[in-house]
Amino acid sequence: MLVSLKWLKDYVDINVTAEELAGKLTMAGLEVDEIKTIRPSFSGVVAAKIISVKPHPAADKLSLCDVTDGSQTYRVVCGAKNIKAGDIVPLAKVGATIPGGYTIKSSVLRGEKSDGMLCSEAELETGDNSLGIWQLPENLTLGVPLETALDLSDTVLDVSITPNRADCLSMIGIAREVAAITGEKIKIPVGLIKEIIEDISLHTSVTIIDADLCPRYTARLLINVKVGSSPAWMKTRLESAGLRSINNVVDVTNFVMLEMGQPLHAFDFRFLEQGKIIVRKSRDDEEFTSLDGKTRKLPADTLLICDGVKPVAIGGIMGGLNSEVKDDTQIVLLESAYFNPVSIRRSARKLAMPTDASFRFERGIDPEGVIRALNRAAQLIADLSGGNIYKNCIDEYPQKVPAVKDIPLRLSRISQLTGTAIDAKEVIKILQSIGMTVGNAGKDYYLVTPPTFRVDIKREIDLIEEVIRIYGYDRVPVTLPNVAVVEMASNPRMDLEEKIRHILIGTGYSEVVNYSFVTPESVNYLCLPKNDERRRLVRIKNPLVEDQSVMRTTMVFGLLDAMKKNNNNGSLDLKIFEMGRVFIDREREELPEEKNMLACLLTGVMTDNLWGNKVNADFYDLKGCLENIFYDFKLTNCHYRSSISEPFLHPGKSCGIYIGELLAGYMGQVHPDTLERMDLRNCACVFEINLDILANQVNNLIHYKEISKFPAVTRDVAFLIPAEMETNYMIDIVLRQNEELLENVVIFDIYAGKGISEGMKSLGLRFSYRAPDRTLTDVEVNNIHDKIVQNTVGLTGAKIRGE
Amino acid sequence: MIGDLQQLEISALTELEKATNEDQAQAVRTKYLGRKGRLTGLLRNIAQVPDAEKPLFGKRCNEVKDTLSAKIDEVLFQQSLRKKSDGLLKEKIDVTIPGRSVKFGRIHPVIQIRREICAIFASFGFSIVEGPEVELDYYNFEALNIPKDHPARDMQDTFYIEENIVLRTHTSPVQVRIMEKIQPPVRILSPGRVYRRDSDVSHTPMFHQIEGLLVDKGVSFADLKGILTAFLKKIFGMDTTLRFRPSFFPFTEPSAEVDIRCVICGGSGCRVCGQSGWLEILGSGMVDPAVFRNVGYDSEEYTGFAFGLGLERIAMLKYGVSDIRLFFENDIRFLKQF
Repeated sequence: MLVSLKWLKDYVDINVTAEELAGKLTMAGLEVDEIKTIRPSFSGVVAAKIISVKPHPAADKLSLCDVTDGSQTYRVVCGAKNIKAGDIVPLAKVGATIPGGYTIKSSVLRGEKSDGMLCSEAELETGDNSLGIWQLPENLTLGVPLETALDLSDTVLDVSITPNRADCLSMIGIAREVAAITGEKIKIPVGLIKEIIEDISLHTSVTIIDADLCPRYTARLLINVKVGSSPAWMKTRLESAGLRSINNVVDVTNFVMLEMGQPLHAFDFRFLEQGKIIVRKSRDDEEFTSLDGKTRKLPADTLLICDGVKPVAIGGIMGGLNSEVKDDTQIVLLESAYFNPVSIRRSARKLAMPTDASFRFERGIDPEGVIRALNRAAQLIADLSGGNIYKNCIDEYPQKVPAVKDIPLRLSRISQLTGTAIDAKEVIKILQSIGMTVGNAGKDYYLVTPPTFRVDIKREIDLIEEVIRIYGYDRVPVTLPNVAVVEMASNPRMDLEEKIRHILIGTGYSEVVNYSFVTPESVNYLCLPKNDERRRLVRIKNPLVEDQSVMRTTMVFGLLDAMKKNNNNGSLDLKIFEMGRVFIDREREELPEEKNMLACLLTGVMTDNLWGNKVNADFYDLKGCLENIFYDFKLTNCHYRSSISEPFLHPGKSCGIYIGELLAGYMGQVHPDTLERMDLRNCACVFEINLDILANQVNNLIHYKEISKFPAVTRDVAFLIPAEMETNYMIDIVLRQNEELLENVVIFDIYAGKGISEGMKSLGLRFSYRAPDRTLTDVEVNNIHDKIVQNTVGLTGAKIRGE
Repeated sequence: MIGDLQQLEISALTELEKATNEDQAQAVRTKYLGRKGRLTGLLRNIAQVPDAEKPLFGKRCNEVKDTLSAKIDEVLFQQSLRKKSDGLLKEKIDVTIPGRSVKFGRIHPVIQIRREICAIFASFGFSIVEGPEVELDYYNFEALNIPKDHPARDMQDTFYIEENIVLRTHTSPVQVRIMEKIQPPVRILSPGRVYRRDSDVSHTPMFHQIEGLLVDKGVSFADLKGILTAFLKKIFGMDTTLRFRPSFFPFTEPSAEVDIRCVICGGSGCRVCGQSGWLEILGSGMVDPAVFRNVGYDSEEYTGFAFGLGLERIAMLKYGVSDIRLFFENDIRFLKQF
């Protein structure tokens, strides 16, 4: 809401600076976003005195004027007749600009030099008089710029009004607040109205069919209206509020809306068939062309203002083109109504027609202020357009808008909620200052009736807010709550996320945050099969862009996208991860399934320094990172099975990640085709794992195992096995023999190539034997070891290298 | 003879001092203390010493022998040390070459802020809770006293999935879900992603919020001021000036917007604070009785306050980031700075 301080001063005295006022309003809940200064649309115009006026030797209609600005005399050629020596007039000096973008230049008119221009009010747009030069007050100091001399600048506060404060969407509303917080008196324009003898009821009538949508409709009728342009003061007021002047009838409706908060509409009466108004809901598929020239099909239940035959306005939203006030309009029907806020809001949204009127109606106007605004506007139109007002107004008020009365207010509740004891006298004073009627109903107990314009005040808590708001939040003490000790609930998954975050950044991974919505094409980029649950996309009905129109079902797409952006920026070596949710649509359930996921991406060179060995990161680098996480959570039952593969992963370099027998995620090198589809040139490895599953499996128990005092004995064996045989298969077979003294078995070498036949590989395993209570002898170890090796060979068909 | 002994000691020590390597030091030992050495020679001639002086001479001889032997050992030891150290110095490396390590990754700046705030409120006894991001209209709006067709819905431009399902526009629905489940006292903090249909330099369609709620007997607006003052001073520094000013949120009443003195200009007015000298940091207020009614709490018995803040905004102010969209570009050159 743009609030001109000059205009505001019509309703309340302001004895503080604009900045102070802005501060006070802000601290009372009316936040001032900006303080703007409006200057007149001219510059370089000063107050000057006419020394002499002589006839122009070559033109009857022109005269030669010598004028002084107090320090210098100028010769100006002038066409006006209303000037004489001694007059104080506005002089636009050479270089001055005047409205319309004109710059004054030294010129020669019919052979006489002219150094400037004497201006009329109209030429400076400060008034309407265009007939003669503007006669300025005699006491002006010569040479002073006119805007300063006449105080033509204005200050406008841009006040942001919260949705509850419908009453502040008007100058008078703001003035009431200013009066309450500064202690000044409010001045409301007196609604005197001059009517002619003939009664309005002889000419028109109003019938409300749908009273629930239109509880009150009032109207006045004016004749002999002469439509023309508005006076300068009106234009200035409207412009200060950001509105454009249209004509003296429409401008009055806007002016009164801005002044009192009551939207109004003026109809050209000659277009109202049967000369009457009928208020009803729209019928199916009714069409209507509004003032903005657009024709719309109206949704059902849109409130329409109709004449005897057709709609002439969308109630509370916009008038119709068919009944608009035109230059030759003579009879005006003026509407001032109270419409149902919910209905107006619904219609304005459905029609996508948010207007100044709908904005006010949907927030709630003063149902008892309807007539006051009607009369104010009728008289203003009469004043500005020479029209006559018929006697009486129509006031159809079939459904009384309920007003809240006698809200109980306990002093004890105020102090309980605010933590500060406010004196009863001060409470009453505050409430009265904002128009409330306070009745005493017992000890420290009051019944408070808000004014009808405060549609937001219904409950005790609303009153308490008003009290504390005017009292001042800064006067409330600062205390710490005296509350019971509550046991803090822990969330295992969130704790887990914190730990993972630490492990990953320690391993060199940086955290990214992608939008949770992606392009619906993401599942095609990843080639997900038709029946994959990740194709069960949750779609946004009103996305900003198509690329952000579905909720992600996998985090990998976002990481690949981040890789692409970084690669384009020249960052080729990346270790990134993200933790967040994916969303799977569940048709029968209302809300989608939300899974907490961790995804990691690795691409480029593994080492960070250029002088070291440059090794491209591969599957095992990423796997090591995942193993670190599992190690930290003491998860010993994790498996990597190549039998599970994702279509967007390299079929030979990917696996499912299992915790126990639960599939918790997958890992692998990104499929070359996926890279190509996403326009990525470098190889990358990714994993994605479900954190909800992981959190359930985490083992926080630590059992210390005695460290043996006796030495271990190791034996190395190189097995020759088929190249495609997984090492884990071999190790599993070794371990499954459950030999007690075998402490562990690890891989010490994997080799294929020269010396090994095609299709085979050599797998070097180191067996470590140890007893807790004695030193093992060679014979003992050999016996066990030979047995294990023989069994392994027998079970796997492996050969021993070198035998 | 005693005089000879003294001279022998002096000359041996002088020679030892000149010995620069192991061989020379060993040569001194051989020359004086060896089987054919000079001290041995002197001892051999003990017969020529008068009887009365013999015990003294013998004692002196032994003393000189011990002294020389110890000196020679010492010299040899020092020489061996030097030799080792000279050898090591030949292996000198360039210590200015950068170290070989896995360089740490960084935590996303917004998540860093989230952790910092959660830690502060954890120290106040708040538990961290969560709720769905795709939310029922009921929890996101209606239970929070924002009915359908209410102008307050304009405050948040909403993404819709279905007529009654939205992407949550704030983390406030979590407080309703929690209050439905547990009875007071309640002290919770719910961080998370939220979504609003908006995109420019200071708005992204997704951002992070933290919502806090404290409900108990006797909780007042003064307590709200206390907790939030303590919190903001921890985040922005003890000398932070703040102000509470009236505002409107449908789910709190009275409501307060909390501003801090502009961290950029210190209050004199700049572009960041829109010349006002103040920065809006969080929204807060006493829980509206209508919300308590919706979750079945008795608002006569219990009172409480709630607050919410956007994490990106805090991160922008703390780190001097001027475009919120940078947080979601995931440019590694940006992320590595935090």
